[in-house]
Amino acid sequence: MAFNVNVSALLGMLACIALPAAVLACTPGDPVRGAKIYERCFACHAIERDRTGPRHAGLIGRVAGSIPNFPYSAVMKKAGAAGLVWSDDSLDKFLENPVKFLPGTRMGYAGIKDRQERADLIAYLKQATGP
Amino acid sequence: MMSNIFVPSFNLARRAFMTRAATTTLSGAAIALLAGNDALAVSNDQNSEAAIAADVEILKTALGAEQEAIAAYQVGAESGLLRQPALDLAVTFQGHHKAHASLLASTVKKLGGVPGDAKKAADYHFPTDQLKSDVDVLRFAASLEKGAVSAYLGAIPLFGNRDLAKAAGSILGDEAMHWAILRQAVGDVPVPEAFVS
Repeated sequence: MAFNVNVSALLGMLACIALPAAVLACTPGDPVRGAKIYERCFACHAIERDRTGPRHAGLIGRVAGSIPNFPYSAVMKKAGAAGLVWSDDSLDKFLENPVKFLPGTRMGYAGIKDRQERADLIAYLKQATGP
Repeated sequence: MMSNIFVPSFNLARRAFMTRAATTTLSGAAIALLAGNDALAVSNDQNSEAAIAADVEILKTALGAEQEAIAAYQVGAESGLLRQPALDLAVTFQGHHKAHASLLASTVKKLGGVPGDAKKAADYHFPTDQLKSDVDVLRFAASLEKGAVSAYLGAIPLFGNRDLAKAAGSILGDEAMHWAILRQAVGDVPVPEAFVS
């Protein structure tokens, strides 16, 4: 019983050590911290209503640029048509540097450079915008 | 409950400020930074069309947020929930946002863009059902102001034109003051941290 190891957890830890690309998975986001970070978005975004930026309700799994009648940039619509779907991974890349990820986006924001902050924000978005 | 920020001495100072502001609207440093600065067009000649277009998009996004803030303060002012002196404060801050919007719109035009029009108030779908008291209104306004501070902070590094970055910093400072005063008004620590983000 002393060696009752959670094999999945152990494999996950090993993957984190072995695979630099999996680093994000090693820093699980905290939705409570993420809620605080989301306050930075309040000038343009809300969960339930479109503002200068589109609503975030239903964000995870949504095709980019797909809210009907929202005036997206051409590049956002094009990205959606090309298959961009908002997921942990795509949000992480976009939030790090929106204008680099999607040049021409109307989200004129330098981005969230801290990986943990992005993970926290995404954790909050997943919690707050889900069905 | 409102905090004791609105003590008589504060009111006197604020009235004096408002009187001065009324006579200097659209003639202060912001004009020099943006709409009245002919050097802006010259300096932009040195930038690529793509960089100017990117700056215009940032300005248009900022304009949209300012227009929404103007509408939000109007909703607050007409809600019947704000008493004096909070009502005067809200109207004063709304006036600042009008000045910001005016300058942003004129700058977009100067750079060859087309500024967007404000929506009808109803089209903003403000969460009015959640605004039951003066504190609710002021907290809602504070949340918009904080968001605006973050938005300008996030935009400043992206401007190709440094004059625009400087002007955005000027607006950021004003909106940070709004945020702090609104926090104080509802009894929160006015400046909770050493840095904004």
